[in-house]
Amino acid sequence: MVETQTPLVAIEDLTVRFVSRDLDISVVNGVSFTLAAGEAMCILGESGSGKSVTLRALMRLLPPAARVGGKISIGGLDVTTLADGDLRRLRGSLVSMIFQEPMTALDPVFTIGTQIAESVVFHDGVSYSAGRKRALELLELVQIPSAPRRLDAYPHELSGGLRQRAMIAMALACRPRVLLADEPTTALDATVQIQILLLMRQLQRDLGMATIIVTHDLGVACEVADKMAVMYAGRFVETGSSVDVMETPRHPYTRGLFQSTVHGGMRGAPLDPIPGSPPDLAELPPGCAFAPRCPAYEPACDGRVPDMVEVARAQFARCIRCP
Amino acid sequence: MLLYLLRRILYTLPIAIGVSMVCFALIHLAPGDPLSAVIPEGASPEVIAQIKTAYGFDQPLPIQYFNWIWRAVQGDFGMSIMTRRPVLSEVGPAVVNTMILAVAAVTLGFGLGVGLGIAAGYTAGSPIDRVVTAISVSGVSVPHYWLGMVLIVIFAVNLGVLPAMGMGAQGSATFALDWVSLRHLILPAIAMSVIPAGIIARSVRGTVIEVLKQDYVQTLHAKGLPGRRVFVHVVKNAAPTVLAIMGLQLAQLLGGSILVETVFSWPGTGFLLNTAIFTRDLPILQGTILVLSMFFVAINLMVDLLQSVLDPRIKRA
Ligand SMILES: Nc1ncnc2c1ncn2[C@@H]1O[C@H](COP(=O)(O)OP(=O)(O)OP(=O)(O)O)[C@@H](O)[C@H]1O
Ligand code: SF4
Ligand SMILES: [Mg+2]
Repeated sequence: MVETQTPLVAIEDLTVRFVSRDLDISVVNGVSFTLAAGEAMCILGESGSGKSVTLRALMRLLPPAARVGGKISIGGLDVTTLADGDLRRLRGSLVSMIFQEPMTALDPVFTIGTQIAESVVFHDGVSYSAGRKRALELLELVQIPSAPRRLDAYPHELSGGLRQRAMIAMALACRPRVLLADEPTTALDATVQIQILLLMRQLQRDLGMATIIVTHDLGVACEVADKMAVMYAGRFVETGSSVDVMETPRHPYTRGLFQSTVHGGMRGAPLDPIPGSPPDLAELPPGCAFAPRCPAYEPACDGRVPDMVEVARAQFARCIRCP
Repeated sequence: MLLYLLRRILYTLPIAIGVSMVCFALIHLAPGDPLSAVIPEGASPEVIAQIKTAYGFDQPLPIQYFNWIWRAVQGDFGMSIMTRRPVLSEVGPAVVNTMILAVAAVTLGFGLGVGLGIAAGYTAGSPIDRVVTAISVSGVSVPHYWLGMVLIVIFAVNLGVLPAMGMGAQGSATFALDWVSLRHLILPAIAMSVIPAGIIARSVRGTVIEVLKQDYVQTLHAKGLPGRRVFVHVVKNAAPTVLAIMGLQLAQLLGGSILVETVFSWPGTGFLLNTAIFTRDLPILQGTILVLSMFFVAINLMVDLLQSVLDPRIKRA
């Protein structure tokens, strides 16, 4: 009975607020989802919708001003209550993250080899030379040409594509079961983007990792993800299989998002902005947050935040007008 | 790397030559005739001409410069006008004495500054940070000669626990690695270390805060590295910036503080310069400044080299 097992990743009603003296914004407002080993989900949404914050919350990689609520369970561990030491053991080994900008996310004054090896040394408790050996394996795994030489290269000596491959190698160093990727290809040229995506998909399948990819790019989304979640103002407004959501988007926001890009070739197409601006996270309306921009708006939408309802088989939307 | 080293040393040569020219020019820019101190009152023009020839002042300036620099590299900086002893035998010990004081002050000041700066940088905005900032601001703004006098009043005059003057027993001018000498070192070293401590604390704090904001630090946390390993990354990234400031501070301390050395009668370069200025002893002045500026050039070179070792982005080509 596979279904009754706790999934690898189970997020329930995740909320994140940033609170400081002159700021109180609710960035994530009740995100729930589950992910099984080997599954890939992608999170789509406008800038500022809370995608990165959601991802970081899963590893508790947020600044002290962040107040995190809800349940985060990964591999059966309750991440929200983990002690610092256990959290450190979880980061990089059970859950790994690939960042958007490999140029700034890698330490400029340490070699690629050292940066990969140090993860292995600390998590697996092996010697530095064993760590380096593993680093070499990993560079070969991510298909970096002449890997032994790159081991001693500094980040600025590699091209953007190679840097992102090295970043991926680093994320895979301790055989994570969950891989988080925050816009892993945004900083790269179009042709390199595709190579990196193909690599990620292949690795994800070969290694059976649960993967969450945040992206602005529809091409990326359908290329790598089984599941899709569309985010607006800190909430998932539509979820389902990538194919279903792409082919028959139900939520007005998703439709607006896809409108202009669905017809003219999707790969590499950035999401077109929808008229109007995203809501003020400091003062979210009591009803549907998309109401001011929604073409299907009716007064009832302002009543309360719509629930997630199953609008088609295994496809959910948060809209009172979606049957 | 060796090639790079040689090249860097070669690059500093023009700087060193330029600096030496300035030192040379000093004697001609100084108000009054450089020989006025040696020429007796009412000397006849023949005598003056004789003295001028003896000192080589009758030659054209470029020749004078080359003669001067040629002798200088051989260790001959001429004679002191006041003591009639070779300049080197005056400047040499003074430089050593100042170095002893500088090393003590640097150890104290840099150690304190780095420690406080790291503590403040890691806890930016906290009470610890505010205390450190207050300490470093007052460290930079307290005049060190004044602090020196306060220290003398407290520890030498009132408590009588530490000597106030000189650098050895009976105010002798030789330093030995014994308790007596060390006791003489304590007060001036403290007085000299306060400003570098403040400056280093501030720059370390600023640099650490800057480094901690960088994306790669977040990556290190995302990798699950323990704090001590993250610290290694922070140190290596912060080091080049801090080293540059340290180089400047060290250079300044090596220049000796005229005021602190005078307050404590510490027979270093500052003390020597002070005497030389008042007695218009230009050869001493020139020799001291030349030696000190060569130290500055050397320190700069060392900082550059260390930086390029620490930061691979600095081109070694
Ligand atoms: N450390 C922080 N302090 C205060 N507010 C923050 C912080 N980090 C993020 N935010 C705010 O949270 C909101 C969501 O940010 P997030 O980075 O998750 O957006 P995103 O969906 O990833 O957008 P993008 O596509 O631009 O990356 C933004 O309004 C942002 O200003
Ligand atoms: S609930 Fe109303 S405002 Fe919100 S998306 Fe649906 S129709 Fe539009
Ligand atoms: Mg983001």
